[in-house]
Amino acid sequence: MTDITSNCGGIISPNPFWLASAPPTNSGPQIMRAFDAGWGGAVWKTLGQPIQNVSSRFGATTWKNNRGVGFNNIELITDRPLESNFREIYEVKKKYPKHSVIVSLMVETREEWKEFIQRSIDAGADGLELNFGCPHGMCERGMGSAVGQEPKVNERITSWAKEFSTIPVLIKLTPNVSDIRPHGLAAKRGGADGVTLINTIKSIIGVNIDTFVPEPSVGNASSNGGYCGAAVKPIALHMVAQLAREKEFGIPISGIGGITNWRDAVEFLLLGSSNVQVCTEVMLRGYRIVEDMIEGLTTYMREKNFAKLDDFIGKSLPSYSEWGDLNLNYETVAKINADKCIGCQLCMVACHDGAHQCIHPNPNGSRVPVVDEAECVGCNLCQIVCPVVDCIDMVAVANGFKPASWNNHIEAGALLRPKRDRTRIRRRGCARSKIDYLDRVHDALPRRQREVRTRGGDAGRRATRP
Amino acid sequence: MTTKLPIARSESVFEDYKSALNDSQAAVEANRCLYCYDAPCIKACPTEINIPEFIRKIATNNVRGSAKTIFDSNILGMSCARVCPVEVLCVGDCVYNAMGVPPIQIGKLQRYATDIAYAKKWQYYEAGKATGKSVGLIGAGPASLAAAHELRRYGHACTVYEKRDVVGGLNTTGVAPYKMKADRAVDEVEWILSIGGIDVKTGVSIPDDVSWDELAKKHNALFLGFGLGPDSELRVPGQDFGGVYGAVDYIEKMKLGLVSVADVKHAVVVGGGNTAIDAVRELRGLGIESVTMIYRGVEIGMSGYQHEWNAAKEEGVRALWRTLPTAFDGRDGRVSGVRCISLDDQKQPINGTEHALPAQLVLLAIGQAKLDALVKAMPDVKTDKGRIAVDANGFTGRKGVFAGGDAANGGKEVVNAAAEGKRAARAIHEYLVGGGSQ
Repeated sequence: MTDITSNCGGIISPNPFWLASAPPTNSGPQIMRAFDAGWGGAVWKTLGQPIQNVSSRFGATTWKNNRGVGFNNIELITDRPLESNFREIYEVKKKYPKHSVIVSLMVETREEWKEFIQRSIDAGADGLELNFGCPHGMCERGMGSAVGQEPKVNERITSWAKEFSTIPVLIKLTPNVSDIRPHGLAAKRGGADGVTLINTIKSIIGVNIDTFVPEPSVGNASSNGGYCGAAVKPIALHMVAQLAREKEFGIPISGIGGITNWRDAVEFLLLGSSNVQVCTEVMLRGYRIVEDMIEGLTTYMREKNFAKLDDFIGKSLPSYSEWGDLNLNYETVAKINADKCIGCQLCMVACHDGAHQCIHPNPNGSRVPVVDEAECVGCNLCQIVCPVVDCIDMVAVANGFKPASWNNHIEAGALLRPKRDRTRIRRRGCARSKIDYLDRVHDALPRRQREVRTRGGDAGRRATRP
Repeated sequence: MTTKLPIARSESVFEDYKSALNDSQAAVEANRCLYCYDAPCIKACPTEINIPEFIRKIATNNVRGSAKTIFDSNILGMSCARVCPVEVLCVGDCVYNAMGVPPIQIGKLQRYATDIAYAKKWQYYEAGKATGKSVGLIGAGPASLAAAHELRRYGHACTVYEKRDVVGGLNTTGVAPYKMKADRAVDEVEWILSIGGIDVKTGVSIPDDVSWDELAKKHNALFLGFGLGPDSELRVPGQDFGGVYGAVDYIEKMKLGLVSVADVKHAVVVGGGNTAIDAVRELRGLGIESVTMIYRGVEIGMSGYQHEWNAAKEEGVRALWRTLPTAFDGRDGRVSGVRCISLDDQKQPINGTEHALPAQLVLLAIGQAKLDALVKAMPDVKTDKGRIAVDANGFTGRKGVFAGGDAANGGKEVVNAAAEGKRAARAIHEYLVGGGSQ
């Protein structure tokens, strides 16, 4: 039996899918519908002293006609009366006792924190999430990311919350810092039960090139907002993993950032998140997406023989290495599956212009390109641009060299495989087109640059110890 | 020069068989293009339009640049977008076919970009600095227009001689109206002529009105783009009955004026080429209930495009294969039926298979006469099966005389004529700047 019950900092939910604090969690009726759809928990839209929002709040990145690949907003915290919010929290918890309701809070003074925490607990909240992450509007008033960027303030407010709270406290961190670790550790020192990351990234989503006003335009002006959506996932994954593998950290992480489906969620869990939160994809597609998330996750776990989430949370962390520890003697080359190739030659142009000039026109006239394996550096670019599933494989080559990292090499003189000689073109066995191509490129360079290129190659070889 | 078409034309009842894309549809389709490198679709296009590039420009909303990419290769890009058999050219070679994914609708995207260019009256080309050289072009069809436009960019003066009163050649008089109507073809001619310096003389027959000698005196080079002659005749009894027409002739009547099919219950088209298929679809479109194609070969052997024939079948046309008309029956001077006989595998009549079909209208689509007789007077211009023989650049072998389009290729697509006209123009330019004159 596959159990997807999740525990994040002591907050137990029927599944690891929470709605992040945002427009989808603005009201009780919404959250009830979300729970009916299958969401395991919801972080209530941030409560604080009443604010006034702007009209025109969202902007989106459209890529190849896909709208909302990236997304940003300049909306602030809740603009609904606090009484309504607390009453609805109570009603939701009464109707859905097993689902988690976490109340996001953002206020200024110790007294306010005390009051808001108490009212949340009285309403029946399962946990609190302190919003130290919002990068627009509220930070100008000394809240949100202004707190998340100052470890001392973060630690102080976290400790107040822990002093006033009888329920778990999560700290929502901002990614608008150069290194996430001091901020996660500050939350831990303050006594947090866990952290949530990432909040949105400070951004300008675009500019209207006809009116010259950035977007989303509020009349004749705009402001920087918070970037989120599918495009931010890599940034979020890195920050989650960086904190998760920090030895002194050791408290749960609720992962957010560009999660649109169960696969994204699994990746976050593999890199150390205890659960995940979703906002943008729900804003774009509705609560219904959770059905596939639950099904996909359950099926994946069954196929991998994971009985519970803890069986794989953090499972990828040991493989998240420093560059200097990577095996420099590991070698791959591209293999094009001629049966599947449709002849678009996108791999060829990408390799010629964007990589290492080792994929060439087929000399027999077929449109299936050929890989000069002796020149291929195994960069993956061809596989990335190929539109056909499983058409290009990156195949490991047995080159006879024992594994050796840069650090092994520097510290113990480990032997590295010879570098590919990119300046001396092997005429024999090399496709004619490549010779022509490289000759043309080389001839087009100014004389001085040509010499530098050649010398650079030699110097590079000498730097590699035999 | 403007061609005035009658307002009342029978072709007006037709709607586009392939609808135009709106902005949203164009965006979706353009973004689907893989932007292949050295793409097969380019190679499949006789004018070698850089298709992935013009599609990318639609996707980035650089429509002005997109249309320019098209026109740079093919100045008749607007009409070709509508009339090209893309299924057997660019679209047929889209790599998506190999992937089992619907290919990119290149024709529709090309129409999208070029229609916007026309609607916005974007102009891209200026005539080159006057060279003092003059070129005479015979026929105002696609080949001559493409050649003249290119020649003007080089700065050579152009005079086009057209025997009809309308310009555009078969693009105006012969294209199936569910692909393009005559007024659109005339729009294109005017758009092409807007480069200036192309003098079009309509109602002038060569060599009757202006002799070859006179042309040679007036011009430094000649381009022969006069196309094909009248419909071939079927020499059987009754061919002179009213209601028996050449298909090309009848289509022209329908496109440039009114034809009446009110009394036609049954129509027969003889032939199995693309003109025959156009004709049966057009007759169905005009509202004739029963339209039958009679072809001496079999379905898979017909020279008409299969995708066009499939459409005809869907529209309710039927065919009699291995069938030869032997005579037309008539009453009061008008055709009333077609007598036929079935053919065997060797296309020989089978005795005892004589049968008859009712028909109040018969169109003959069995080819067009070649006009090789026109050039008999010019030594060194050789012909091959009625076509003017040319090299890859359209050179005829006679100094300063070039040819292209149907007159040279025997009857191909508009896009072939456009490609040949442009190629010949380059060769003419080289000839002229090389100092040649006669």
